[in-house]
Amino acid sequence: MKQLALLQQQNANRRSNSFRGVLDGAGEGPIKSPAALFWLILHGLCCLISLVLGFRFSRLVFFLLFSPTSITNSSSTSTATIINLAGTLANESPAVLSPANRTVAATTGSRVVVGRHGILIRPWPHPNPEEVMRAHRILERVQKEQRLQYGVKNPRNLIVVTPTYVRTFQALHLTGVMHSLMNAPYEVTWIVVEAGGVTNETAALIQKSGIRTIHIGFDQPMPATWADRWRVEDLMRILALRLVRDRKLDGIVMFADDSNMHSLELFDEVQKVNWVGAVSVGILVHSGDPEEPLPQGENPDNEGSSLPIQGPACNSSEKLVGWHTFDAMPYADRSAVFIGDMGTVLPRKMEWAGFVLNSRLLWTDGVDKPDYIKDLDSLGNEGVESPLSLLKDPSVVEPLGSCGRKVLLWWLRVEARADSKFPPGWVINTPLEITVPAKHTPWPDVPPELPSNMQVTAAEHEQPLVEQHIVAKRPPKTRSKKRSSRSKKKRDARETEMQFSSRHQGEK
Amino acid sequence: MEFWKWVLVLIALTLFGEIRIGAEQPRQTERISGSAGDVLEDDPVGRLKVFVYELPSKYNKKILQKDPRCLTHMFAAEIFMHRFLLSSPVRTLNPEEADWFYTPVYTTCDLTPNGLPLPFKSPRMMRSAIQLISSNWPYWNRTEGADHFFVVPHDFGACFHYQEEKAIERGILPLLQRATLVQTFGQRNHVCLNEGSITIPPYAPPQKMQAHLIPPDTPRSIFVYFRGLFYDVGNDPEGGYYARGARAAVWENFKDNPLFDISTEHPTTYYEDMQRAVFCLCPLGWAPWSPRLVEAVIFGCIPVIIADDIVLPFADAIPWEEIGLFVDEKDVPNLDTILTSIPPEVILRKQRLLANPSVKQAMLFPQPAQPGDAFHQILNGLARKLPHDPSIYLKPGQTVLNWTAGPVGDLKPW
Repeated sequence: MKQLALLQQQNANRRSNSFRGVLDGAGEGPIKSPAALFWLILHGLCCLISLVLGFRFSRLVFFLLFSPTSITNSSSTSTATIINLAGTLANESPAVLSPANRTVAATTGSRVVVGRHGILIRPWPHPNPEEVMRAHRILERVQKEQRLQYGVKNPRNLIVVTPTYVRTFQALHLTGVMHSLMNAPYEVTWIVVEAGGVTNETAALIQKSGIRTIHIGFDQPMPATWADRWRVEDLMRILALRLVRDRKLDGIVMFADDSNMHSLELFDEVQKVNWVGAVSVGILVHSGDPEEPLPQGENPDNEGSSLPIQGPACNSSEKLVGWHTFDAMPYADRSAVFIGDMGTVLPRKMEWAGFVLNSRLLWTDGVDKPDYIKDLDSLGNEGVESPLSLLKDPSVVEPLGSCGRKVLLWWLRVEARADSKFPPGWVINTPLEITVPAKHTPWPDVPPELPSNMQVTAAEHEQPLVEQHIVAKRPPKTRSKKRSSRSKKKRDARETEMQFSSRHQGEK
Repeated sequence: MEFWKWVLVLIALTLFGEIRIGAEQPRQTERISGSAGDVLEDDPVGRLKVFVYELPSKYNKKILQKDPRCLTHMFAAEIFMHRFLLSSPVRTLNPEEADWFYTPVYTTCDLTPNGLPLPFKSPRMMRSAIQLISSNWPYWNRTEGADHFFVVPHDFGACFHYQEEKAIERGILPLLQRATLVQTFGQRNHVCLNEGSITIPPYAPPQKMQAHLIPPDTPRSIFVYFRGLFYDVGNDPEGGYYARGARAAVWENFKDNPLFDISTEHPTTYYEDMQRAVFCLCPLGWAPWSPRLVEAVIFGCIPVIIADDIVLPFADAIPWEEIGLFVDEKDVPNLDTILTSIPPEVILRKQRLLANPSVKQAMLFPQPAQPGDAFHQILNGLARKLPHDPSIYLKPGQTVLNWTAGPVGDLKPW
């Protein structure tokens, strides 16, 4: 018992000494009897031995000497099964040692025991994918409830109009818009208008979205100049609006051009629109020429910010007084004319993307519809530059996004050259005929030239020949702590498997 | 024909409108009631009277002057309780009509340079205070303290030690055996928790927490959140003592689990992160209680309490099993299975209960006091113990307590 008491005192002293300074002397009086002195000397000796050995062997000794007599039948909250990875010393199966130095907390049968406990680690301490999926479903449900309570009450459907056509970057742009719409927590009806008629390529891209899609074709093909492209896109959008009117689709009409980038907050913000709303669009002007220096943005419309914005301008009482537009003067001489040429692509005065409409504005017989919108049929074939021309009175537009201060979407036009070749949908389905291995290998001492123009069709029995060739040349080097991450080439994996180290020591 | 069309439209609209209105409106909060009933919003004024002893300032004001840090650390409840009682309507200046007697002695205000309280002088200070009140007023000797209450918010309450083994050895100060103790420590069947003690939450600064609130529609995207130590290398280098190995088990089992956002960092966005989490772990440390419980309740994060046999604050007024989750220390390796297999309706219900403002208010010590806060819950708890059992009144000359019990060092005067 004395040993146990001494050990406890050791622990107590350690905590107080390192933690709060040597103040513990207040409680304990000095030890004067010869027996106590003897124990003190023994204790010091044990400490020195532990110092030399590197772990506390005293527990081991006590266990070996006293274990038959000192089995306390206290509850085994910790010793049952486990592996202790406390990390540093004393790895002499401490799980078994704990009975020797427990103190029972109270005599009234508490199941909580003071003293050293093992650290419970299950045999496979890694995440279970099923559980991760369940957790994600829980998170989804919690977030849905949050939206119900604190988000938009009575959310309205979104009707998104996207003009597109088949070209190199169509897959890139359209997938971006599609994923943004899939993530918006509202019901979306996506009207994709395609220039040149409906094609299978576009249909294949958008069918994976899972949202309700209306894919319509527009008779004219997309022309080659930017000016004509804007015109054709306007006509395509009017076509979509006519569809909304004819089918009496209900919701909020948004214009999501396929190369724009939308923030998810945009979809929450447009729910606030009454009839016609405008948001701020950030303009990312980009030149096709990689050598061109970045323009020093000086747009007098915005105070201090060098990023051009198109959108509503308000006075201090949050009323719409005007519009911020893009200043095209600095780029006038460099502007691109043809789609895919090296000049800078400029936006127009007002982009459609910055406006949202209540679809009831377009219905012919909508209930209490304000009368400031022109009838779609009266526009004829000349197209409309921006939704402002649809309105008889542009001052009724509601500014959204805290009066245009929040930029919720970004405008960017990046197109490849008109004659560029691309695999449809950017998917390479058939394996390539020729593969040329890279000349640079990760092992610096292996000579860089490798047999080129290997036929991959005969890959299986080619590999061993190549492998022997390489193995003979590589000097035997052990890499004890490196983990190879190249999974492409089989020979790498086979080599480094043998040199794999065991799991490195966990950090504290 | 036109007329009938309109009638039909009218009927359709009314039906549609009714269905819309009768639909399930999401319930925001739910009323809470614990084992003592729906008592969180009770008003203690009029139900009890408290007499505050006037002790010399060396027991309270002078100690506070020496170290003003006592007002912001997690043991500050004793100081704020004194201030609250001094200006509260339950205070009476006539001790004859008082139901409860309060002794303002700040035993936890002796701090190290790091800010941790040293309990070595606390027993002597308490003894000295009790000697003072027993010699200057007759009310202590009348009942030997059975109608007196003391606030002892230290690690192990009135056992006055930070180390559990030592605290158990000492036990509750013998002179306080009959008094009601208001303490943060609570563990069932433990020497340092008397039957009839009132458990309170540790002090957490209310303004600091209110200043970090984020809009409630920010989606909760963290599944489990915890920031704190897993191994206390300074005091427990081998591991296995700190937190009875439970925190280390959490780390070793879940350090690479993407659902568990756990680390030892001290981020500046700690409070904001808690508001973006669904579950917040509240494991034991050197003592079973922690301010994390208060923070989790304020920020609406379901507390996962990993401390065997713990008694949570105001356990009779707040139904903790319905609000939080209790996980045995031996079940920690299966924590992910436990948490992911809770049905979503249960989780949503717990969040609704947590959103109840009376629960949040009950965990706080605001200055000045507000209705339903922790001060009022303490008074409610004291009021629920009234009327006093007549057997506590001793006959003159009868003594029950042993004034010389305890370690020799405690008997020295302070």
